[in-house]
Amino acid sequence: MAMPSSLLWAVDIFGRVYTLSTVGQYWELCKDTQLEFKRVSAVKQCCWGIACDHQVYTYVFSGDVPIRYQEETYENQRWNPVGGFCEKLLPSDRWQWSDVSGLKHQQLDSFTLPSPHWEWESDWYVDENIGGEPTEKGGWTYAIDFPSTYTKDKRWNSCVRRRRWIRYRRYKSRDVWAKIVSHDEPDQLPDPFNDISIGGWEITDEPLGRLSVWAVSLQGRVWYRENVCHHNPEGSTWSLVTTPGEVVQISCGPYDLLWATLWEGQAIVREGIDRNNPQGVSWSTVESPSSENGIMHVSVGVDVVWCVTKDRKVWFRRGVNSHNPCGTSWIEMVGEMMMVTVGLNNQVWGIGCDDRAIYFRQGVTPSELSGKTWKAIVSGRESDRSQTGSSTSLLSAGCFFTDDIQNQTSAVIQGDADPSSDTELPTSPASPALLGAAAAGSGPASQAETSAQLPVDPLHSEQGEATAASASNGKDNLEMNKSPANPNPSAELQWINIDLKEAQKHPVLSVSSFADTSSLSSLGAFSVAAEDQYGADEHPLWAWVSGGGCLVDLHSPLKWFTAPSGLSSSVQSLSLSITPAQTAAWRKQIFQQLSERTKRELENFRHYEQAIEQSVWVKTGALQWWRNWKPHKWMDVRVALEQFTGSDGMRDSILFIYYMYHEEKKYIHVFLNEVTIIVEVLNEAKHSFALYTPERTKQRWPIRLAAATEQEMHDWLSLLNMSCCESRRIQGPPSHHAIWSVTCKGDIFVSEPSPELEAGPQLMPCDQMFWRQVGGHLRLVESNSRGVVWGIGYDHTAWAYTGGYGGGFIQGLASSADNIYTQSDVKCVYIYENQRWNPVTGYSSRGLPTDRYMWSDASGLQECTKTNTKPPSPQWSWVSDWYIDFSPAGGTDREGWQYAADFPASYHGHKTMKDFVRRRRWARKCKIVTNGPWLEVPPVTLWDISIIPSSDADDEESVALWAISDKGDVLCRLGVTQQNPAGTSWLHVGTDQPFISISIGAFYQVWAIARDGSAFYRGSVSPNKPAGDCWYHIPSPQKQKLKQVSVGRTSVFVLDKNGNLWYRQGITPSYPQGSTWDHVSNNIRKMSVGPLDQVWVIADKVQGSHSLSCGTVCHRTGVQPLEPKGLSWDYGIGGGWEHITVRGNATEASRGAVPDTAEENATAPKEGEDEESKGKTEHSKTPLMMSH
Amino acid sequence: MTDDKDVLRDVWFGRIPTCFTLYQDEITEREADPYYLLLPRISYLTLVTDKVKKHFQKVMRQEEVSEIWFEYEGTPLKWHYPIGLLFDLHASNTALPWSITVHFKNFPEKDLLHCHSKDVIEAHFMACIKEADALKHKSQVINEMQKKDHKQLWMGLQNDKFEQFWAINRKLMEYPPEDNGFRYIPFRIYQATTERPFIQKLFRPIASGGQLHTLGDLLKDVCPSAITTEALLKQQQRMYPLQGQGWNRLARLATGEDTVPDKQKLI
Repeated sequence: MAMPSSLLWAVDIFGRVYTLSTVGQYWELCKDTQLEFKRVSAVKQCCWGIACDHQVYTYVFSGDVPIRYQEETYENQRWNPVGGFCEKLLPSDRWQWSDVSGLKHQQLDSFTLPSPHWEWESDWYVDENIGGEPTEKGGWTYAIDFPSTYTKDKRWNSCVRRRRWIRYRRYKSRDVWAKIVSHDEPDQLPDPFNDISIGGWEITDEPLGRLSVWAVSLQGRVWYRENVCHHNPEGSTWSLVTTPGEVVQISCGPYDLLWATLWEGQAIVREGIDRNNPQGVSWSTVESPSSENGIMHVSVGVDVVWCVTKDRKVWFRRGVNSHNPCGTSWIEMVGEMMMVTVGLNNQVWGIGCDDRAIYFRQGVTPSELSGKTWKAIVSGRESDRSQTGSSTSLLSAGCFFTDDIQNQTSAVIQGDADPSSDTELPTSPASPALLGAAAAGSGPASQAETSAQLPVDPLHSEQGEATAASASNGKDNLEMNKSPANPNPSAELQWINIDLKEAQKHPVLSVSSFADTSSLSSLGAFSVAAEDQYGADEHPLWAWVSGGGCLVDLHSPLKWFTAPSGLSSSVQSLSLSITPAQTAAWRKQIFQQLSERTKRELENFRHYEQAIEQSVWVKTGALQWWRNWKPHKWMDVRVALEQFTGSDGMRDSILFIYYMYHEEKKYIHVFLNEVTIIVEVLNEAKHSFALYTPERTKQRWPIRLAAATEQEMHDWLSLLNMSCCESRRIQGPPSHHAIWSVTCKGDIFVSEPSPELEAGPQLMPCDQMFWRQVGGHLRLVESNSRGVVWGIGYDHTAWAYTGGYGGGFIQGLASSADNIYTQSDVKCVYIYENQRWNPVTGYSSRGLPTDRYMWSDASGLQECTKTNTKPPSPQWSWVSDWYIDFSPAGGTDREGWQYAADFPASYHGHKTMKDFVRRRRWARKCKIVTNGPWLEVPPVTLWDISIIPSSDADDEESVALWAISDKGDVLCRLGVTQQNPAGTSWLHVGTDQPFISISIGAFYQVWAIARDGSAFYRGSVSPNKPAGDCWYHIPSPQKQKLKQVSVGRTSVFVLDKNGNLWYRQGITPSYPQGSTWDHVSNNIRKMSVGPLDQVWVIADKVQGSHSLSCGTVCHRTGVQPLEPKGLSWDYGIGGGWEHITVRGNATEASRGAVPDTAEENATAPKEGEDEESKGKTEHSKTPLMMSH
Repeated sequence: MTDDKDVLRDVWFGRIPTCFTLYQDEITEREADPYYLLLPRISYLTLVTDKVKKHFQKVMRQEEVSEIWFEYEGTPLKWHYPIGLLFDLHASNTALPWSITVHFKNFPEKDLLHCHSKDVIEAHFMACIKEADALKHKSQVINEMQKKDHKQLWMGLQNDKFEQFWAINRKLMEYPPEDNGFRYIPFRIYQATTERPFIQKLFRPIASGGQLHTLGDLLKDVCPSAITTEALLKQQQRMYPLQGQGWNRLARLATGEDTVPDKQKLI
């Protein structure tokens, strides 16, 4: 499975472009090596560069999802009594071929490819859909006259008609440097380019994939590339941006920060950059930190600015933010650099002045933006690896003590040096000293070789052993020398007086030679050579580095700082060589031996008295409890968990909550074996959690407890969870049949289904299901019955389940040791700015006394200001500033305002006469870093997933997995197997519009929902044809726009945007599209149809006996082959649930047994049956509440 | 994906059936019956023998009673060694129950440390835990714990509360995934026969070549005499890595709750 990774881009002094992955260890040469480059500027999806021809090139990564653009034009016709509908239009009419408005003449052959980097996907064809409805063959839509509303039906008064032609073009120049061709007049063309910087992709709420590309020409002019976005990676034209002076270099951050340096040494700062003005408005000037030395280079991040002055000193700008892009003052940093680059997450890299090495700034955090120290990246180049391999294999072979090896080593050097110097190298360097001299004489290119050899030489001539030591222990020595903070283990452990001498790993190595080499390495020359395992080749000298696409955070384990060597790669291969099977065998053996010991020592003596009397273990503490009488409020309580160990070693636990009621001591208690779930509750002020039992689920009134600190809460949660799992004897990873669900908080829960859940004489009520938490943070999760589980985060990142369990706060015994990884997610917090119109000042923040807060939540009930609004919980931290959100439903104006007649009302995006209030939404991103059994599946971000619920396929067979990207592309994952649940690559499935939901059921039936609310069936999908062949449009239920589809074994259900659940009638193997929609229920938010055709939903509102819950897990009962729509609802855990998947649960209780048991029941005592049927009628009588 | 809990429980609940008899020369008012008890392997003699002390004091005159100490076949038993270690070291070949002689006089000052109260045991136990953590995490984990956590560890041991103990001890047994293991493996190899009571050296869980060290590697390195030819032949089977499951167990053995005895009793 791939780890999330991103790339650092760099150019060496020869103009070769390299990338270094955050999970890699080697610099890899850029795939397209045709050109040499001066500078590059990278973001995640692409890189722009200036080649040695001073032309601009863009390098767009290849991906599984194509970059395609839909061209469209309309064919218009008018009816006349003679020829019927024909091409003859009235003189006042539009052209026969036009754009949608009719104002622009657009013939089919007028469309040309914008550049040589595009190709047509297919020929023009007619679109036979209008607003989610299929049209008659031919695609004509009719109207009374132009311009008007068009319908798919021809009426008596339809005088005009039109149809839409579409054709897709596809960007083909991916993974290569594509030259930016200019269509401008030659005299308007910019002069040759000198610098380039790209960024601005996170300017608030701009169109997806928009990029700001800024360039500086040789004459010092600044150019902005218009219209660069996802489906137009080259942009359209260069426009000149006037500057107060001659610019030499420019830097554009991911948001709205843009700085440039002037020839005279000042910096200029662009102001007024926002969504409507990505070019900004004006420049302000910032003086250089030192009067003698002007600014030579500047680089900006989200809210940081670093610069290098002409004396190579590095400076950090204080106080930079959106409101003050100029910042306040300069601070001098340690180190001398050629240039610096600020990347994602405000991380910083630089190129050292003396050694031309790339340095990474360590310790850059939100609270310490200037970081701590520079650390050299010592990664070698991929191209040098073969040589390294051979030399280190010699090292590890331990035969370094003979002259032969010296020969071989030098042979390696020979092979690597360039041919001109080759001849100067002695062919058989019997004396290493000679080699050193020869290498020194072979010109500057082999300087590094010289330094690699020189320090070894004197040693070698004195003492053969020491050379070996220096080589094989070079790395260790270096580590020792480089970390003076922990110089000597015995110094830290001075209170241990036992012989703490480190075990010698190399018995041959004498202490004296060890000391010799380490003292030698402090000479400096040695350390360079030893660090650079490629001493054979020249040390890479860098000219330029760009971190704009490189994401490093606190949790990234970087492998850049230890010289990659054959040794460390053997670490990986060796640790991998211990297989899970071996571990399991060891464990079994240990366990067996322990059991034997117990048997031997205890069997005959069990009657002996125990030395320590068993008693109850109690954990007590002070918590707060949401008291269950009115007025409800938090009250301080004492809490005690008492655990009793039964004679069988099993434990039973009771949680006591002691409280005061009218000065009287009282308590409530819960048996933990009755608890069905313990769930953290999102609460701005408290660290709180809720305990449910079946009874409390019915009441919709859990026991709510709050702890003083997050740690304390997690301690309790961890302990209570463990006790619950123990009492139910649940341990280890979830089974393949597990039901997964996600709460609105992003927490993931899993439940083991019993066979009685779906069938049997007595169905198990779903409020009795036990849910346990799995670490991680997701928006949705999908599973199948072969244990393939995928999730999608709020930031649309795709994650594949690793097979572990626990993680998050669940630590220790309830958590697996392996398969737990760091996971992060990003979501937005929204607040609303509300204004009322008054005749004097227009809209202002002065509301009526009855109005809502001028800064509020969506409901207007809570005051939420920019300063008092906190991240959802202490686990979250802000990662952006507040920005205006332009995406609320209903649309906004250019400043983000939505208008309405009064609060609260429905809002629209433009002001009318009747509007007296307006509001706009502000968003702020926050990030959670947690861990769980999930690994990222980069790089495509997703909106929806579905996995085929196959059950009895063989293990090796691949599992069909379909997904929708967050841009609406339909994708099919290849190579997904039980062993490799993440699969290998995406296959793009073409569609004419963006999609929002997908589901693949048994027998490869694939259904999908498009963004316009219509349904599609994909024909001919099979293991041999994983993407199928074409889409069949399925009309939606009358006047409903669909939003979700789920396909079980034979059942197909859809959900519309008004919360109605529909069943597809008439599906047969020969006619899989079915015939009509049958209404099943309202008030549904999300649904999941499983491999048994079982139907589970998240209902919007469910009334309990004490309270109402939104987001409740419900199970359709009475689903039978002849009654696929089922009869009634059974209510489970909620509220606050967002998503459920039952697609793993193929455990079929013997359905055939049902009639038999029914007969038995007839003879069974009457009461029991009565009770059961009463329960059933009660359920069926309780409809789900209407959502409005 | 193996679950450690079964193994941890088996180790924790290891018991040695013991028969305590009063030393023949002790002056008693009447004959003392032997006293039978199941001793937890991971605990300390003086921590779990209150009942024994009470039992024998009943038959003795008050003035004859001074500090209690134990002896097996002439060897005074060091209370600061875990019980399981004492048994494996001195008595693993004897028939069960293990026969321990109880003394109240002539405290062997040369061989034993005094143990006037449980505080002394607690101090010793915590010192072991701290030493182990110094090796594992440069003491970072133990130092970050609160006083009450330390207390919980001790109370867990004292009251034989597995969950209570492991609720805290797990923190001591974890390491960040990027570290690939503890810094050093805390261990001691006790020998019954030499003048050196035990061997203790710095030993990393991963070899410089990157391989995971196995228990065999450790023994070969620090105590080659412990590996017999037969053991070498069997080495293929006994190459438990000191990393991951197997190695957690070893490290746990060495945190002071249990010990590493000699004679390949390890595995």
